Amino acid sequence: MISMHRQVACVEIGGIPIALSTCDERFLHLLRERYDGFLSSSPPEFELEFDLTSKGPASDVDVRVRREGHEWLIERGDFHARWDPRTGRGSVRQNANPYSLDSVLRILHSLILAQRGGFLLHAASAICDGRAYLFSGVSGAGKTTMTRLAPPDITLLTDEISYLRPNAEGYSAFGTPFAGELARAGENCTAPVSALFFLDQGPENRVDELSPAEAVRRLMRNILFFAEDQGLVEKLLATACEFVARVPIRRLTFYPDARVWDEVRNFAGNLQEVPEHA
Amino acid sequence: MPETCIYIARSSAIAARALAGEMMVMNSADSTFFTLNEVATTIFQAADGHTPLRDIVRDRVCEQFDIDPEQAQADAEQFVAELSGHGILLVSNQPLASETP
Repeated sequence: MISMHRQVACVEIGGIPIALSTCDERFLHLLRERYDGFLSSSPPEFELEFDLTSKGPASDVDVRVRREGHEWLIERGDFHARWDPRTGRGSVRQNANPYSLDSVLRILHSLILAQRGGFLLHAASAICDGRAYLFSGVSGAGKTTMTRLAPPDITLLTDEISYLRPNAEGYSAFGTPFAGELARAGENCTAPVSALFFLDQGPENRVDELSPAEAVRRLMRNILFFAEDQGLVEKLLATACEFVARVPIRRLTFYPDARVWDEVRNFAGNLQEVPEHA
Repeated sequence: MPETCIYIARSSAIAARALAGEMMVMNSADSTFFTLNEVATTIFQAADGHTPLRDIVRDRVCEQFDIDPEQAQADAEQFVAELSGHGILLVSNQPLASETP
């Protein structure tokens, strides 16, 4: 049964509450279930109105994000969205596919973050002893493996898409509901970022330095960014350079067993003894 | 027979930033990303659209780096061809207006 009244679920990811409204009871239920743990009673900063269509199945290959006047136009085979950053309001036409919903939200957050000096990164992230560690790499590099190997005292923020915002000292990582192979949402919490590791699997655990240029190159390769917009690309490159200047970035070669977390803890201990940016 | 001049200019559809002596360049149209070494950075920064490539190589590259002029010219032409293929540099036989502000 479809109600004509719009109902709202406010979803707060990365400290940014967005009101998602729909007339469809079942879609509202899907929203609330999918983002359980990220539902918020905070006043929304942004609003998205969802209208359901019978557009095609989810697809990653043909997403386009471009400006049309003052609005962002976000299109893929399975959805069509408009969002006006001046008013903070937008509309989405998509089918009831939760993957389409995730994609729209990820793209919207990537646009908001780009303006605020933050970004979404293809990376697992977790909190260890009050600090966040990021593990980035292409599919198969070991993001989900790192989260599976995490000891019980580690808090998982995500096994797939890390959410990063600048703070006074550096950057903060936030939990996200965007899950990868683990098929489990991250915890809705945040911690200051201690280090970013680019993952390689190998016969032994070791941590190696990366040159700043190599770190930026790898970072840019793993940032989720879709917009065809010169100004935002310039801002994103500046953000990547800023991140590299403020956060220790290393290559972590690891053998996939639990001892890799000892390596992470050792690295963290050494950082505390000799602050990187003292 | 007079030698043909090559003029190069930076595209406006790129973002570039120097870090630790290297230049990082990103094409905003297709998100391709390049890291330029010091010699390539010198050529990239001198790509104003009206200085011939051979003058850039002679006056900037060979002045700053210990490199054989002929080899430098050949390397520069190869570098320019590669970056122009990715839309980072514009190349012409006539002076160009640089697209970057």
